[in-house]
Amino acid sequence: MTTLTNYRPATRLRVVARTEAPKPIFTTEDLNVWYGTTHALKNIDLTIYENEVTAIIGPSGCGKSTYLKTLNRMVETDPAVRIAGTAKFKETDLLHATVERLRSEVGMVFQKPNPFPKSIYDNVAYGPKLHGIRKKAMLDEIVENSLKKAALWDEVKDRLSSSAFGLSGGQQQRLCIARSLAIEPSVLLMDEPTSALDPVSTNKVEELIRELKKDVSIVIVTHNMQQAARISDRTAFFLHGEVVEYDRTETIFERPSSHLTDDYVNGRFG
Amino acid sequence: MTSPFQASSNSSSGIRDLIRHNQDKKSFRKTIEVWIPRFLFLLAFLSVLTTLGILIILLTETIEFFKTVPVLDFFTGTVLKPLSQTPAFGILPLVMGTLVSSGIAILVAGPIGLMAAIYLSEYASRRVRSVLKPALELLAGVPTIVYGFFAFTFVTPLLRQWIPSLEATNILSPGLVMGVMIIPMIASLSEDAMRSVPQAMREGSAALGSTKLETALKVVVPAALSGIIASFVLGISRALGETMIVAIASGSSKNFTFDITESMQTMTAYIVEVTSGDAAAGSTVYYSLYAVAMTLFATTLLMNLLAGKIARKFREVY
Ligand SMILES: Nc1ncnc2c1ncn2[C@@H]1O[C@H](COP(=O)(O)OP(=O)(O)O)[C@@H](O)[C@H]1O
Ligand SMILES: [Mg+2]
Repeated sequence: MTTLTNYRPATRLRVVARTEAPKPIFTTEDLNVWYGTTHALKNIDLTIYENEVTAIIGPSGCGKSTYLKTLNRMVETDPAVRIAGTAKFKETDLLHATVERLRSEVGMVFQKPNPFPKSIYDNVAYGPKLHGIRKKAMLDEIVENSLKKAALWDEVKDRLSSSAFGLSGGQQQRLCIARSLAIEPSVLLMDEPTSALDPVSTNKVEELIRELKKDVSIVIVTHNMQQAARISDRTAFFLHGEVVEYDRTETIFERPSSHLTDDYVNGRFG
Repeated sequence: MTSPFQASSNSSSGIRDLIRHNQDKKSFRKTIEVWIPRFLFLLAFLSVLTTLGILIILLTETIEFFKTVPVLDFFTGTVLKPLSQTPAFGILPLVMGTLVSSGIAILVAGPIGLMAAIYLSEYASRRVRSVLKPALELLAGVPTIVYGFFAFTFVTPLLRQWIPSLEATNILSPGLVMGVMIIPMIASLSEDAMRSVPQAMREGSAALGSTKLETALKVVVPAALSGIIASFVLGISRALGETMIVAIASGSSKNFTFDITESMQTMTAYIVEVTSGDAAAGSTVYYSLYAVAMTLFATTLLMNLLAGKIARKFREVY
C-alpha cells in the first residue's frame, strides 16, 4: 500500500460559480485518533461547509464513524481513545470545548434508531427539557415543529403519548431526527442513518435530508454510493484512516483525480 | 428399521451412510431421551409438592383456629394477648410491627441501594466494579443473627444517644439494620436492570448534550424502572419474612402503635416466641401460629408474584 501512504489528499477546494462563499463549519487539521494502539485517523485535514450535505464514503473500517464521532466527541466514550491535532467547530476549538455544549449544537443520528423507552412526545421533548425549557406550551410547539420538520407529524399526531417503540424502524429513525432537531442544532451528524431501513423509509429519510439542509449542515456517513451521489454536495473518500480525496460530489463521482477513488465509486473494490 | 430418507447422496466418503446407520440403531440414547425428562419432571414436581404440602397444613390448621376465633376478630383485632386469662387474638399489632419494620428497612435500603446501583452501573470502572459488587454481595451472606445482635448491642445504644426516649428494645433499630441487610439485594438487582439498558440509549442521550448524571437519572433509571421496582418489592418481601433481627432487637411487646421508638412484634417474631415457649398442641395459641404464618405466607407470596409480574413486563421493554 505504498501508493496510499505516500498519497497526499487532493483538497483543491475552489468554489465554482457560487454567489456566496460557503462558510466553514468544521475545520480539522492534522487530526489523529487512536483506539489504544489502533491508529484510526491519520492527519485528517478537512473543511466542512455550512448548509451543505457532506458525505463521507469509504470501505468499512476506514475511519468514517471515528471521524464523525470526533466532531461531537462521542469517540471519547471509549476510554482508550486518544485524539491529537486540531478540530474547530465554527471558531471554537471543539476538542477543548465543554462537551455538553458542543453536543447540544452538533446533533447526531445513529445507525440503528435509538429512541428512548418513553412516549413519542417525551422523546422529542427530552432535549429541550434537558436544556431548561419547561413551559408546556413551548414544549408542545417544539415537539410539533420538530416532528413536522422530520416529516413524521402526520403519522404520529394522534398518538403522541404512546410508546416510541410502537413505531416502525423508519418512523423511529425519523423520530430520532426530530429528537435531534428539537434543540435546533446547527449540524446534524448521521452515521449510516438508512442502513437499517427498508427502501421506502430510506427514500423518506433522503428526502428529509435534502429538505433539512436549508436549516442545518449535515455530515453523513454512508456506504451507499448512490445515496452519496443523490444527496450530497461534497464527498470525502476515506481509506485506511486517511482522506484520499475530497471534492464536490459530481467531481468525486465523475472525474475523480485519484484512481483509488475512481475504483471505489465504481465498485471495483470495497 | 430403514431410514425414511433415501440414500440420495452422491458423497463418496461414506460418512453420511455411517451417520444414517448409527441413527437407525435403536440405541441407549433413545431410552435416555425418554426417561431423563420424566425423572427431571419428578424432581421439579417434588418441590411443587412440598410447597403444596406446606400450604395444605397451613390451611387446615388455620381453619381449625378460625373455629375458635372468628375471622373478623382476628383480622381487625388490635389486641393480641395469647397467654392472658382472657386471651385476645387480633393480628393487627403484628401486622403493624411487620409493616413498620419493613417500611423503615425499605426507606433505608431503597435510596441507598439505588444510588449504589447507579454508581456501579454508570460510573464505576470495570476494575472498581469487579471488587465492589462481590463485596456488596458478601454482605448478603452475613447470617441474620449477626445483624440482630448488631442491632441490639450496637445500633440501639448508639441511637439512644440521639433519641433518649428510645426503649432498649424498639422497632426502629431492627428496621434500620434490616435496611442495611437488603441494600446489597436492591443494589445488585437494580444494577443488573440498569446495565441491561442498551448502550445506544445512553449514546442517544449523550448526543443531545446530557451529562452522565442526567443520562443516568432521566434515561437509564426510567428505562430500568420495572427492574428497579421489582428489586424493591423483593427487598420488601425479604424484610417481611425476616425473623432474627426483629426477634432479638425489638422485643416481644404486642403494641399496636405508630411510635417507632417502642417495642413491637412482627409476625415472624411472634411465631418464634410462641414456638419456643410451650404452647400445648391443640390449644388456641398453638393454632394461632398457623393463622399468623398463613397471613405472612400470603403476603410474601403476593409480593413475590408482584415482583415477578413487574420483572416480566420489564423484559418486554426493549
Ligand atoms: N471502540 C473501538 N476500539 C478499538 N478499535 C476501534 C473501535 N472503534 C473502531 N475501531 C477501529 O478503528 C478503525 C476505524 O473504525 P470506524 O471508524 O468504525 O470505521 P468505519 O465507520 O469506516 O467502518 C477500524 O480499524 C476499527 O477496527
Ligand atoms: Mg461505521
